[in-house]
Amino acid sequence: MPVTTIDGREVHVDAEGFMTDPAEWDESLAAALAAAIGIELTDRHWELLRFLRADFAEQGETATTRRVQTVGGVPTKEQFALFPKKPAKKMAYVAGLPKPKGCV
Amino acid sequence: MRRLVVLGAGTAGTMVVNKLRPRLARDEWSVTVVEPSAEHFYQPGFLFLPFGSLRARDVVRPVRPTLTSGVELVRAAVDRVDPDARVVHLEDGRTLAYDYLVIATGTSPRPDETPGMREGLGDTVHEFFTYHGAMALAARLADWPGGRLVVHVTEMPIKCPVAPLEFAFLADAFFTDRQIRDKVEITYATPLPGAFTKPVASAALGSMLEDRGVHVEPDFVVEQVDAEAGTLSAFDGRELGFDLLVTIPVNMGADFVARSGLGDELNYVPVDKHTLLSTAYDTIFAIGDASDAPASKAGSVAHFAVESFVPNFLAHVAGRPMTHGFDGHANCFIESGHGKGLLIDFSYDVEPLPGTYPLPRVGPFRLLRESRVNHWGKLAFRHLYWHALLPGRRLPVSAHMSMVGKQRPEAPTPGTTTGPVVPAGMD
Repeated sequence: MPVTTIDGREVHVDAEGFMTDPAEWDESLAAALAAAIGIELTDRHWELLRFLRADFAEQGETATTRRVQTVGGVPTKEQFALFPKKPAKKMAYVAGLPKPKGCV
Repeated sequence: MRRLVVLGAGTAGTMVVNKLRPRLARDEWSVTVVEPSAEHFYQPGFLFLPFGSLRARDVVRPVRPTLTSGVELVRAAVDRVDPDARVVHLEDGRTLAYDYLVIATGTSPRPDETPGMREGLGDTVHEFFTYHGAMALAARLADWPGGRLVVHVTEMPIKCPVAPLEFAFLADAFFTDRQIRDKVEITYATPLPGAFTKPVASAALGSMLEDRGVHVEPDFVVEQVDAEAGTLSAFDGRELGFDLLVTIPVNMGADFVARSGLGDELNYVPVDKHTLLSTAYDTIFAIGDASDAPASKAGSVAHFAVESFVPNFLAHVAGRPMTHGFDGHANCFIESGHGKGLLIDFSYDVEPLPGTYPLPRVGPFRLLRESRVNHWGKLAFRHLYWHALLPGRRLPVSAHMSMVGKQRPEAPTPGTTTGPVVPAGMD
């Protein structure tokens, strides 16, 4: 498993760059990850990220865009506005979670 | 008398009752299956109906004769399950008490979930995941003069994730045979980043689309369909024009699952992926497309799952631990047109890889490569389905996925980097 240094700390990532250990994540890391993909985090981003983290802790899986809409209460349209073009991937990346499976 | 109630007499439910009935003593267990439809459909055949290569009577049989003797068939739809009282409420007002319940009510296309899709169905918008939809599309294709065809997947997961790819391959062959291929522009729009869900297969299948002149529009998350204007728009602002849209609508589990408080946001029943036992109730299992197990929603998965489920169920009801873990094994033929096909074989942990199946080198089936034998395998499977699979006879292949005959790509070597690594395709 590759290791990278973000925000002065060593974190484990997969071959693509997604974090592999959710416990290594914190909010300052999220800001650094968001900046890497050109996103500045607003309050609404934080609400969404906290939902993703809490939902992952409960379910053991990254929420899909549908789940973020129906359970997290953030419409898909808004997810696209907050995390342009590829919200599912970008939300997981910034939240330090595995890519949502959605696809098997 | 203990009571087993199975909801749904589709592929999974039928195999469950046919395999369990002989293993449960008649004086100790009653076995009941609840199914609203009088007909059992061979769903893999729906792919061929639009192109006229199978006829209606090839894909439909009455339900009753598919069930073994000693199984009671209740022709009704389910209103809801009361899992605490262990009672199934039927829509006609009857109730069925159970000791153990198996939910096998599958998944179904929901065009209502996408604005404009339902309204457009029948004219320029079609689907082939239902019998009636496939027949309507057959009528449309029979005299379609050509134009812009968009083959579209709304949202994952769907039943049989290779079906829309097969449709694109068969459409290319169909229009070529009719000598109007030059009048047809084919686009494949998918919410996935490529042709398929897993990288090795995605690359192989993606280049097959390219070879056939099919344009792939990846990461396409549809917002709405405008049938009148002939456009499909995505949340990111992209718009695709079509003269004929063949879409796979959102797939969802049965509504009674939601009404019973047993489902996730797509009405799938959360289960332990190895035992298929509900994570909420130890008297409820969900098998086949109805569960949230992260395997393909496909008949082959249901078949392999049933092989593990039967000994697990017998152990569970006897108070013993369930030791036959299901590995997510899937085995799917992919029709590629002009009498050829591919085969993929994979599991929860192993993605589809190239190689041969079931034997190393000799096959006879080729994995992830086109061959005529694969196509014959797909055609022969229809007879196996009715005469061996549904009756619960053992097929000469292992229920567990095997690495024998498969070629694994080299794993990338781990390294150390500085700063966030940005995944490819994030822009």
